[in-house]
Amino acid sequence: MISLKNLTKDYGSVRAVDHANFEINEGEILGFLGPNGAGKTTTLRMITCFLSPTSGDIEVENMNINNKQIEIKRLIGYLPEHNPLYIDMTVYDYLKFIADIREISNFGPRIKEVIKQCGLNGVVHKPINTLSKGYKQRVGFAQAIIHDPKILILDEPTSGLDPNQIVEIRELIKELGKEKTLIISSHILQEVQAVCDRIIIINEGKIVADGSTEELQSAFQNKTKLILELIAPESEIIEISNNINETSILSTSPLNDATFKVEIEYDSAKDKRAEIFNFVKSKEWVLLEMHRENISLEAVFRNLTIEGGEK
Amino acid sequence: MNLATTITKKEIKSYFNSPAAYIVLVIFLLLSGWFFASPLFINNQANLRTLFGIIPLLYLFFIPAITMGLLSREKNTGTMELLATLPIKDSQIIMGKFWASVSLIGVGLLLTLVHFITIMLLGTNVDFGAIFCGYIGLLFLGAVYSSIGIFASSITSNQVVSLIISFFIIFFFFIIKFFLFFVPDFMVGIFQFISIDYHFSNITRGVIDTRNIIYFISLIVLFLKLAQISLENRNWK
Repeated sequence: MISLKNLTKDYGSVRAVDHANFEINEGEILGFLGPNGAGKTTTLRMITCFLSPTSGDIEVENMNINNKQIEIKRLIGYLPEHNPLYIDMTVYDYLKFIADIREISNFGPRIKEVIKQCGLNGVVHKPINTLSKGYKQRVGFAQAIIHDPKILILDEPTSGLDPNQIVEIRELIKELGKEKTLIISSHILQEVQAVCDRIIIINEGKIVADGSTEELQSAFQNKTKLILELIAPESEIIEISNNINETSILSTSPLNDATFKVEIEYDSAKDKRAEIFNFVKSKEWVLLEMHRENISLEAVFRNLTIEGGEK
Repeated sequence: MNLATTITKKEIKSYFNSPAAYIVLVIFLLLSGWFFASPLFINNQANLRTLFGIIPLLYLFFIPAITMGLLSREKNTGTMELLATLPIKDSQIIMGKFWASVSLIGVGLLLTLVHFITIMLLGTNVDFGAIFCGYIGLLFLGAVYSSIGIFASSITSNQVVSLIISFFIIFFFFIIKFFLFFVPDFMVGIFQFISIDYHFSNITRGVIDTRNIIYFISLIVLFLKLAQISLENRNWK
């Protein structure tokens, strides 16, 4: 549906995007992840025809951005970073303006739908500059979906919102993602993890990883960390790793007189939890807690982006 | 509906949503009224020549003020990204803004018709032709200055910078007639042709010559085209 071929963008001598190649299929929810300044926004701005590439090509539904800009823009709904709005307009006037430019014929029923979907009911006739940041973000969403686009591009849609608003906006994104191709850029991992089925990680303009959440996790995480809280004699804790093959104790730290926190690492492919539990039981220690630490994408992200930075 | 018209509507609304348009119009009317009325009975002539003399000077200050924000504010607040990713051509954006500015000037000129009514009531032998031509000339002059203002607005995201640039470009076209005296003989013709006042005063004399109209239209096209080019050139910001 969208394909980027050797996409490169220079700002003067700075290369913001460096030979990016990927394809996005219809219906996919793509998380576009990277640290600040990695080239996310620049890439999205090229897809939305705001900037033109220095070299390389973008095709949206087999239309090239060099000669079909207007047609491509019609397909895309875009919420830019920082959500720019005409703040002296009322919500209604603003959406009417966008709808007029997009030449939407059934504006009356459509705006009702969008207002309902984005939860803008009470504020339709208020000037945008009187709204809270969360509501402004909803207005931005409403603007992006008013023409019921096939493709929706959201550039850091939750940045600057409070936790409640973030949850609400994520719900909205999930709702919208059911029927659209969605690209969400973010530097927040949990966010991407929560809503996306595919993740592309970009660093210094280069794509460093591309795959589903699980794929990325399993590709980069081969050790599992298990955390125990035990009531046991300190000197004997070491016996866990002595008695069970292929496990190693990373650390033991006292929580109080008799309770210890123990971190154990083992190969992710071989689950050792049952063996560890049985060993603790045979020793008649008291097991207060046992959980695996989700190293998750955070580590993957760090690995990829910091390593890249050191090169 | 044409997309440029949508932009025009939006800009006119935003002019009249803020006090700026009212302030500009009121001061414009006060000043033009004062300069028109005070010598009226001394001259004892039933024409609007003093009005047509003073309005170009007022334009010099007012038109940069009403055009300065048209594009630079969009750049500054980031709404340019919004506008540029909507299915609208840059040329349509520019035209929409241009017509908004010309419309506001038109409203100002329309309000000065009160002076025309005064003349009609007080005087005899009113030269309707000359007055009609004078207004046509003022409208063209306003349109040329608007296109300059829009060009200045397109090259910067700072409204004050935009104001200063458009003021100086307009000032150049305005002042050039005073330099005719100093230039060598063979260049007088060129300078005269560039001078906006030369073409404007031709029209206010009651002669609408295609040469003058072509001059105005080519300036408008030139500056609007430059504005469009500068808008398309956003890749380097």
